[in-house]
Amino acid sequence: MPHPLPWWIAGPLIGLIVPALLIAGNKTFGISSNFRHICAAVAPCGIEFFGHDWKRLGLWNLTLLAGVFTGAALAAHFAPPTVQISARTIEALRGIGVRDFAGLAPHDVFAWASLLTFRGFVCIVAGGFLVGFGTAYAGGCTSGHAIAGLADRQLASLIAVVGFFAGGLATTYFILPRIL
Amino acid sequence: MIAYFLIGCAFGAVLMEAEVISWFRIQEMFRFDAFHMYGIIGSAVLVSGLSLMLIKKLQLRTAEGEPLGLSPKTVGSGVRYIAGGTIFGLGWALTGACPGPLVALVGGGVPVMIVALASALAGTWVYGFLRPHLPH
Repeated sequence: MPHPLPWWIAGPLIGLIVPALLIAGNKTFGISSNFRHICAAVAPCGIEFFGHDWKRLGLWNLTLLAGVFTGAALAAHFAPPTVQISARTIEALRGIGVRDFAGLAPHDVFAWASLLTFRGFVCIVAGGFLVGFGTAYAGGCTSGHAIAGLADRQLASLIAVVGFFAGGLATTYFILPRIL
Repeated sequence: MIAYFLIGCAFGAVLMEAEVISWFRIQEMFRFDAFHMYGIIGSAVLVSGLSLMLIKKLQLRTAEGEPLGLSPKTVGSGVRYIAGGTIFGLGWALTGACPGPLVALVGGGVPVMIVALASALAGTWVYGFLRPHLPH
């Protein structure tokens, strides 16, 4: 298996998930809805946002999510990726303090031992929190708003995707250089 | 249900093999140093969009007669999309992972991301709690 899988194979395969889900059961692609379903299942606490019937509305999506976990685990086991990023990115990241370029994410930030360091806490705990809060607020993530919503030419999704990039650029150029 | 599981498996495997789940690839994207991620997102949106047009053109329906397609989102003031989107974007570049990849990382390579995943659930819960007080 060549690494990475070329974009012109990976992209169209991901795009085909949208019609596949419509044909399988008229379902809309969107991973972040699962966060809402899990909250509804585990700790609804009388909150209106979690008062929906998560089994009826979300069981198919949670099943898909179990597939994502399994598919990634199998792929990582049988054809582990060896990430080779561009020399320019490596140079820029070295400049802001990243030292470890092996693996999928820098081990000096994304490891159990780093959880209690400032940068580990910000990247893992605060970063995760913002992902969960932001996707719920925006009503979708990269899958629901970009791959599905943008393709359906929905204005709401275009606005959300502009936000995704504005936030990502702000982190990349203003936050990461200060915390890494 | 098995169909959804298999579609999820394919998605997880592609995310892994195309390295979409790598923090480094996300940095490469936000630093505009490689076409890889733009190619993936762009071609995914294109293929998804063409399929949606085809489905509409063929007027495909469910067994119950409902037309296949996505339900339109109300734009309203747009505040929730720009504010929520930006908050998500801040987190996306910190963790190097959007929701699908968060789960894929726990399954295939970076187990500490289960903490990020738990934190994302906490984030969604806090949104649900604050929802009546936030502008939408």
